[in-house]
Amino acid sequence: MSSILLIEQALNGLQFGVMLFLMAAGLTLIFGVMGLINLAHGSLFMIGAFAAATVAAATGSFLLALAASLAAAAVAGVIVEVVVIRRLYDRDHLDQVLATFALILIFSEGTRWVFGSFPLFLDRPDWLSGSVMLPFGIRYSLYRLAIILVGLAVAAALFLMISRTRIGIQIRAGENDREMIGALGVNISLLYTLVFALGAALAGFAGALIGAIQSVQVGMGEPVLILAFVVIVIGGIGSIKGAFIGSILVGMTDTLGRSLLPALFGLFMDPAAATSVGASLASMSIYILMAGVLLFRPKGLFGGT
Amino acid sequence: MRRETILNFSLLGLLFLFPLWAWVADEPFLITLATRAVIFAIAGVGLNLALGFGGLVSFGHALFFGLGGYAMGILAHHAQTYVPMFTWPFVIEGTTSMPIIWLTAIAVSALVALGVGALSLRTSGVYFIMITLAFAQMFYYFAISWSAYGGEDGLSIYVRNEFPGLNTMDPIQFYAICYVILLVMLFFVFRLSRSSFGLMLGAARQNEDRVQALGQVPYRMYLTAFVISGAITGLAGALFADLNRFVSPVMFDWHTSGEIMIFVILGGVGRVLGPVAGAALFILLEHSLGGVSDYWHIYLGAILLGVVLFARGGLFGLIAGREVAHD
Amino acid sequence: MTLKSMIAAAAFAALAGGAQADVKVGMITTLSGGGAGLGLDVRDGFLLALKQSGRDDIEMIIEDDQQKPDVAVQIADRMIQAEDVDVLTGIIWSNLAMAVVPGAVAQGKIYLSPNAGPSALAGKGCHPNYFNVAWQNDNLHEAAGAYANSAGYTNSFILAPNYPAGQDALTGYKRFYEGELSGEVYTKLGQTDYAAEIAQIRASGADSVFFFLPGGMGISFLKQYADSGVDIPLIGPAFSFDQGILQAVGDAALGVVNTSQWAKDLDNPANAAFVESFEAEYGRLPSLYASQGFDTGNLMISALDKAEVSDVEGFRAALKAADFASTRGDFAFGPNNHPIQDIYVREVIKEGDIYTNKTIGVAIENHADAYAAECGM
Repeated sequence: MSSILLIEQALNGLQFGVMLFLMAAGLTLIFGVMGLINLAHGSLFMIGAFAAATVAAATGSFLLALAASLAAAAVAGVIVEVVVIRRLYDRDHLDQVLATFALILIFSEGTRWVFGSFPLFLDRPDWLSGSVMLPFGIRYSLYRLAIILVGLAVAAALFLMISRTRIGIQIRAGENDREMIGALGVNISLLYTLVFALGAALAGFAGALIGAIQSVQVGMGEPVLILAFVVIVIGGIGSIKGAFIGSILVGMTDTLGRSLLPALFGLFMDPAAATSVGASLASMSIYILMAGVLLFRPKGLFGGT
Repeated sequence: MRRETILNFSLLGLLFLFPLWAWVADEPFLITLATRAVIFAIAGVGLNLALGFGGLVSFGHALFFGLGGYAMGILAHHAQTYVPMFTWPFVIEGTTSMPIIWLTAIAVSALVALGVGALSLRTSGVYFIMITLAFAQMFYYFAISWSAYGGEDGLSIYVRNEFPGLNTMDPIQFYAICYVILLVMLFFVFRLSRSSFGLMLGAARQNEDRVQALGQVPYRMYLTAFVISGAITGLAGALFADLNRFVSPVMFDWHTSGEIMIFVILGGVGRVLGPVAGAALFILLEHSLGGVSDYWHIYLGAILLGVVLFARGGLFGLIAGREVAHD
Repeated sequence: MTLKSMIAAAAFAALAGGAQADVKVGMITTLSGGGAGLGLDVRDGFLLALKQSGRDDIEMIIEDDQQKPDVAVQIADRMIQAEDVDVLTGIIWSNLAMAVVPGAVAQGKIYLSPNAGPSALAGKGCHPNYFNVAWQNDNLHEAAGAYANSAGYTNSFILAPNYPAGQDALTGYKRFYEGELSGEVYTKLGQTDYAAEIAQIRASGADSVFFFLPGGMGISFLKQYADSGVDIPLIGPAFSFDQGILQAVGDAALGVVNTSQWAKDLDNPANAAFVESFEAEYGRLPSLYASQGFDTGNLMISALDKAEVSDVEGFRAALKAADFASTRGDFAFGPNNHPIQDIYVREVIKEGDIYTNKTIGVAIENHADAYAAECGM
């Protein structure tokens, strides 16, 4: 494998990781601040994609579609938080898993009921189509490059928000001591709704960005959801930094595993078997990574003690 | 008698009489449906041991359900094709004998549960939920790509396996087998929950430090509970595969883990017969809602949500009160 | 406990009102979840055939299998044990077919497959009660291999998900394709990101890419492939270019060549009438799956016209004769009850605002499957 191809695959891994971060950031924030496991996070991803596809079809504008994805997912997030999630904060994880599992059923079939059983169309805008030449003669998709940049920008904004702004201080305080911030006069209920809406909006945004180069269909959130969970568990639940490092690790492992493992097995096996065994192992690679990390750091890489 | 005891016996009585009535009324399908409920109940009884009594929220019990299924599938497949499983260092043939298949399913699930549990129990809380999920996913992807045993297509076994003296293809006789196994498992779990081990496990769930102070090692107790739990769910998997005469990676899917969890919660966590009530209710819902609308998952989701939010303690909690006997 | 049985369309129930239903047909298909589009099309095609036949003695029982093998088995058990159906049909997926069909035919029921054609049921596991009205799973891939030869390709990159149908797809392609392979890749089932594979394709120096990625996987791959700017020609089986999903792929699919036993523009009277009446009835263009459902319905009706369903030998012979006007032109059953048919080459075009396929040639004529010899029927 040439080094140019290797660099291109690393970029692909980075892009995949950045996209995972958008999902994982919301999950980990929600867990960190409210102590809630939200399996329905994948449904918010799906809602973002469907909203974007609908608006793009109606207006033809990709930017409007992105805005719609943010708004639709945030609104859905607020509704779900107020109606259901709010009652789950002081429950154990078991109840949370089950209730949000029920939400997945409702959202998935509800979406199918509204939009039908066939995938929707959503495409990247013309001004982001085609590819660019990067240094060292690497040709790379402009849209994927844009995802990397947007994702990194969102990550930076999140870090700034958490470390510099008032709401960030409240979020950090909420992670450390829930009763205390209530005592300090912060409207906890509003803070929780805001954090949930923020997480939902990020998930919806990711859904729209990825929906443009994937299939916009019912159930599209589930594979991403499981990956996002793997990410936050590796990174340490509640840690935005952990979610970022975890995303990049998982993105790289998955992408490089898929492209390198079959070749690696090809060195000592016959090609057909190597392709098959390598592909099998690649599909398990991130779970092996996760089990490995947890063996040495049972609370993830940045999960505190 | 306490209301929970009355509920227990009426449940078991119902599961005894209903298939009998279906048999008399010549409704073999209703017997099949009841069999499905009983097998799901066994899987739930297994999970309940870890989840209800040990407080271990495993989101990966599909792993053991699938292992049991594949134990059946692989043994029966080799018996069906007359190809030995191994020829070296000694010959192991397939088999169609249910008792041998059950023992294999139990042994394999217990062994894997020992390994998975030993690793997973180093973590706790959400990490435990997610690492058990991850292990189940590993097996799922492995099973999908393992072409020797059908991969995603799964394995079809054309005839149900054999049990000495019974015709297992007859729905009521196969039901009888599953029902008896359910009773045995319930009795076993009941005794276990009253044993010193069970009491200690319950104590560890509530206050780990105190148990540790008593000179017990919670890790070992959790691991033991997890292994037994996995073994019981594995046995249910073998029965489920025999019911369908078919096994596929779907048994390893994370939705299956979610469903087994639903049985336990619908019925009532930590009640010996909770999973039985939950599985029966789930089958009933699935069966009656399916006819209402193509989008019946919405209703199922709404009902589940209602149970979690407003009927804490599940069916048992509703009928027999909030008190859990072993607390 | 209520025995739910969804009696097909209301019109049907009305038609069947007075008359005692003589024939019971059980349809197990996917009507909920992500794969529901295929099941809906098969169902609608089948029901259209029944409606046009004007027969009022056929009772339909339609159930949703949720794309889960154990649910399908459960439904099949009920249809056989409680409802006593005569004919079963409808299953979309190979793994569900493998779970249901062997048991159903062993219990004496007739099974007509409108979609899935796993090799096990075409070869050693063939059965006189099992008829496949769609294709053996390898067929369209074999045709793609044959097309690659005739198009002069000598260096193909091939890719499919790592599961049995994916492995069969690559095997099928290689069975007919005579050139070299520049790469062979198995992806994860349900994978949504293909950047790594597309980078490999770009670096491989291939002159053609054969891929089999059904459903959402194909949509994702095509969009990302178009986005990557790689311009090596693509070949695939019809599944990724079906009417139901082309609109979701959009421009990314334009010009891609795919193989299919049916196309909207096939020039025969049965097909023209089918396309027109389907659109009039349901307000959408028919898909490959709808055509298969329609053909399955018409095959069954043609056999019912000749023989009573209770006369097993006679009914089977009537089915085997395949004496119906197929939407795909000539249609006959081989020795293993699988189709012998032409497989066409189509190209994705845009008609007005609608993406659809245009037939551009024939890939293989009178194509039968590779497993018939293993069938000891």
